[in-house]
Amino acid sequence: MSDPALVVEGVSFRYGDRQALNRVTFEVQPGEIFGLLGPNGGGKTTLFRILSTTLPVQEGKASLAGLDVASSPDAVRRIIGVTFQSPSIDPKLTVGENLTYQGHLYGLKGGTLKHRTKELLKRLGLSDRRSDIAEKLSGGLKRRVEIAKSLLHEPRILLLDEPSTGLDPGARHDLWRYLSQLRDESGVTVMVTTHLMEEAERCDRLGLLSKGELVALGTPDDLRSSVGGDCITVQPAVPESDLATRIRERFNVEVQEVDGAVRVEREQGHELVRDLVAAFPNDVKSVAFGKPTLEDVFIRKTGHRFWDEETSDEK
Amino acid sequence: MSLAVWSLTKRELVRFVRQRSRAIGAFLQPVIFWVLFGTGLSGSFRMPGTEGGLSYAEFFLPGIAAMIVMFTSIFSAISVIQDRNEGFLQGVLVSPVSRTSIVLGKLCGGTLLAVLQGLLFLGLAAALQFTGLVPRMDWNLSVTGLIGTIAFLMLMGFGLCGLGYIFAWRLDSIQGFHAIMSVLLFPMWLLSGAFFPAAGSGWLKWIIAVNPLTYGVAGLRRVMASDAASVAQLPSMGTCIAVSVAFAVVCVAIDVSMTRKYRI
Repeated sequence: MSDPALVVEGVSFRYGDRQALNRVTFEVQPGEIFGLLGPNGGGKTTLFRILSTTLPVQEGKASLAGLDVASSPDAVRRIIGVTFQSPSIDPKLTVGENLTYQGHLYGLKGGTLKHRTKELLKRLGLSDRRSDIAEKLSGGLKRRVEIAKSLLHEPRILLLDEPSTGLDPGARHDLWRYLSQLRDESGVTVMVTTHLMEEAERCDRLGLLSKGELVALGTPDDLRSSVGGDCITVQPAVPESDLATRIRERFNVEVQEVDGAVRVEREQGHELVRDLVAAFPNDVKSVAFGKPTLEDVFIRKTGHRFWDEETSDEK
Repeated sequence: MSLAVWSLTKRELVRFVRQRSRAIGAFLQPVIFWVLFGTGLSGSFRMPGTEGGLSYAEFFLPGIAAMIVMFTSIFSAISVIQDRNEGFLQGVLVSPVSRTSIVLGKLCGGTLLAVLQGLLFLGLAAALQFTGLVPRMDWNLSVTGLIGTIAFLMLMGFGLCGLGYIFAWRLDSIQGFHAIMSVLLFPMWLLSGAFFPAAGSGWLKWIIAVNPLTYGVAGLRRVMASDAASVAQLPSMGTCIAVSVAFAVVCVAIDVSMTRKYRI
């Protein structure tokens, strides 16, 4: 296997008293789409900022294409393309002007710049928007300009922070198709942060980030199969009941309590559903049964629901 | 590096043209000041050391040019706050462009706008004296005088943009900037010999002497004066240039060092 495109080794970060990242370690291979999945406040954006050289490395090591972020930030800046969660285009300039100054910042000029600009505008379906003032564009088009901007200098590694913020499902679909195309045709390595399960499903590999810790790492399929065969979620008829304990004793299974619901993972889960309803006909309000999702993986690894973290923790 | 500086400078100019309302506050207010004070104070003003030859409007003229340069420079520097809030800045900071180029782009753009408006005012003033709204003036319109004027406006503009950048970099809102403008920058202009001659007594004289803008205004008076006697009491041309250059260099050095340390 070739050298990894991105290495994060024991990276920790603190904002004052708050530990935003706690010894996170993973690698991304060249030509891979790697997703960092986690709720807002999980530490994704902090890690994104460290990798994009806009936050210092406090502890640990991070490198992109073998270049250390802390010791050679300028070299790293040359090979990465960055798309922020918030816009970074100049709203008062036209699409074309935005790309021109961006090219100049990376030392592109003349014919090369013209050619690259034209090609990217075409690929992203922006050719007829070239003279439009950026602030007048729709959210989806603005995002596309952001992507075009970050690709102008042909980066080897593309870093995207929540790239589908503000995109409608159609535009989101286009974005992901384009990312796959980049990987397949140009061999670009992509690292993307997201809090959306359906986006995470489209990544080659995923890291699950919760409260600053990497709780799971693997392909979406691996992660799902790490959870037992089927997932059964029981809503008790009476809140705060001892249903969880009774299920555990009666069926001798491992149960988890999440938000007042009782979760059981089990091979051949459908039999348990039948027995469970038969055993506690009056105590069960509803039963959900299904193959494990990435959300189930998250619950399994952290013991709480995906969205709980967001309400209890800022940023 | 120069390509990036030029590109960022051009961006400042384009943005300015697309937000024309910005120009009005920074340009029109000083012009109104000049006409009103020039007329209102014409009876009671007498330039120390001269025999009544210099009208207040004429005395005030370089001062107003300095004010326009100051306001425009400072307003340009405020756009750093906007660049940060709109997100433009983060995109520039992750690019490999040197932090010095980022500062120079902003400062060159602001300086150009400031000098252009300063010159526009001087042209307007020259036209106004024929309307009778302000008294006749007599200033140095030779080629060297004009080049000197432009050079001094530029030098002053560059230093003031650099100063504005220092404040704008540390503040997160335009409102905060306005506070600094009224308690610090406006008095700085008032006590630079622009509004009244720097011949006050005691503490006032000292404040005027340590104010770097005093030397910009004095230099401007020297290059614009047609009569050597009216500027005889001002600091020498050498001092004016040295202090103005030093002030600009110090401001730029602080700007660059702050930009290097900055993290989103």
